[in-house]
Amino acid sequence: MSSNDTVSKTLVVATLLCIICSVVVSSSAVLLRAKQAENKDLDRKRNILAAAGLLTEGRSIEELFARIEVKLVDFASGDYLQEGVNPQGYDQRKAAKDSAQNTLLSSQEDIASIKQRANIGVVYLAKNEQGELQSIILPVHGYGLWSTLYGFLALEKDAKTVAGLGFYEHAETPGLGGEVDNPVWKAQWSGKKLYNAQGQPDIKLYKGKVTDQIPQSEHKFDSLSGATITTRGVQNLLEFWVGDRGFGPYLKKLQSEGV
Amino acid sequence: MSESKSILFGPIFDNNPIALQILGICSALAVTSNLNTTLIMCVALTLVVAFSNLFISLIRNHIPSSIRIIVQMTIIASLVIVVDQFLKAFAYNASKQLSVFVGLIITNCIVMGRAEAFAMKNTPGLSFLDGIGNGLGYSAILLGLGVIRELLGSGKLLGVEILPLVTEGGWYTANGMLLLPPSAFFLIGLFIWGLRAWKPKQVEPQEHPLSPQTKVVQAT
Repeated sequence: MSSNDTVSKTLVVATLLCIICSVVVSSSAVLLRAKQAENKDLDRKRNILAAAGLLTEGRSIEELFARIEVKLVDFASGDYLQEGVNPQGYDQRKAAKDSAQNTLLSSQEDIASIKQRANIGVVYLAKNEQGELQSIILPVHGYGLWSTLYGFLALEKDAKTVAGLGFYEHAETPGLGGEVDNPVWKAQWSGKKLYNAQGQPDIKLYKGKVTDQIPQSEHKFDSLSGATITTRGVQNLLEFWVGDRGFGPYLKKLQSEGV
Repeated sequence: MSESKSILFGPIFDNNPIALQILGICSALAVTSNLNTTLIMCVALTLVVAFSNLFISLIRNHIPSSIRIIVQMTIIASLVIVVDQFLKAFAYNASKQLSVFVGLIITNCIVMGRAEAFAMKNTPGLSFLDGIGNGLGYSAILLGLGVIRELLGSGKLLGVEILPLVTEGGWYTANGMLLLPPSAFFLIGLFIWGLRAWKPKQVEPQEHPLSPQTKVVQAT
């Protein structure tokens, strides 16, 4: 046993162990990389489809996603980007953190508490079987109580009526703010109007059940009891992303010109 | 035979790594809010403990004592990374929910504890069994927690609805606290209490017994 403790033996054991372990680790990483990238891509597509309410049982994600066209939009002008960046490879979340590709928001503008926004946004245009535009899916995010909520907002083709809203990543309190994932709560979104008669974003939380008797019920959504701050965050992020600094200019163009 | 049997099954109730040795609590709190992630974590940890024990035991006679902890850590860390890569490739959703906790198996005291306490002194076969056994002991507690927390916290098991929730038109009001990490702490406490009531040998002797301050004086 004592021969184990010589300097040369220690060095030999350490070197051999490091070589063997590094070969094992790196080969597993390299061999599995393709499969992992595929999973990541599938996961993103599933989130988009789920938010838009297009996820149907029995059809594969790829098949459903084939009906979605990915386009890039310049936030400032609201126009589609014709060339330059490849929409498939563009990552809006990464671009928002890159100082060359983002805009810092002043405290008045930053109602969703996100500090910065990418200059170029991704939009997903969902087509029906005949190839006509069915809904417009926008990525949205904003701060709730504990965490940033990341989700997708789906709009009808008039670009002002909500078709669906869903979050794929957040860390709100389970059972309270976490109820933003509750299908019953999410079901209320369909048919809500985002803009008032003057074209300003107008979507407010309402304490209690929103029924047709309440005036302007299409501009109000049910705040979750016990989750006031989370739902206020949802109101803020909607207001931001459909407002002037978000997708507002783009949506205005769609409303007046069509796609 | 009976020795390997006791090595394999002993850690489940008699020498449970969580309930008796109070190791590996961190991940037991974090990953048990639903049964699916719990199951995957159990399998991942059992594999890591078993194989780290096996490999460390295989080279135990060549490990210089001055660097033995580093050698054990290197082997454990490599295994954990391999497991993490496999999860990302074949169980993407679960690996997303487990996030850093798979990586944190490296620092799970159970793995290190078994390597140092058992694998360094025993043959590869027995060490492998010891690893599986301790993984089973860890899994027994975790699965218990996972079942209670998911069933009473969200009315489901493995995502299948068992108790219909009030918020979805049923009758069961979910206990939201069970979805938060502290509830696992209370449950582990109750498990330990139950286990020690069943097997009083596990009760630790009092470390500093108080001597009686007053003597009973007979009334005169």
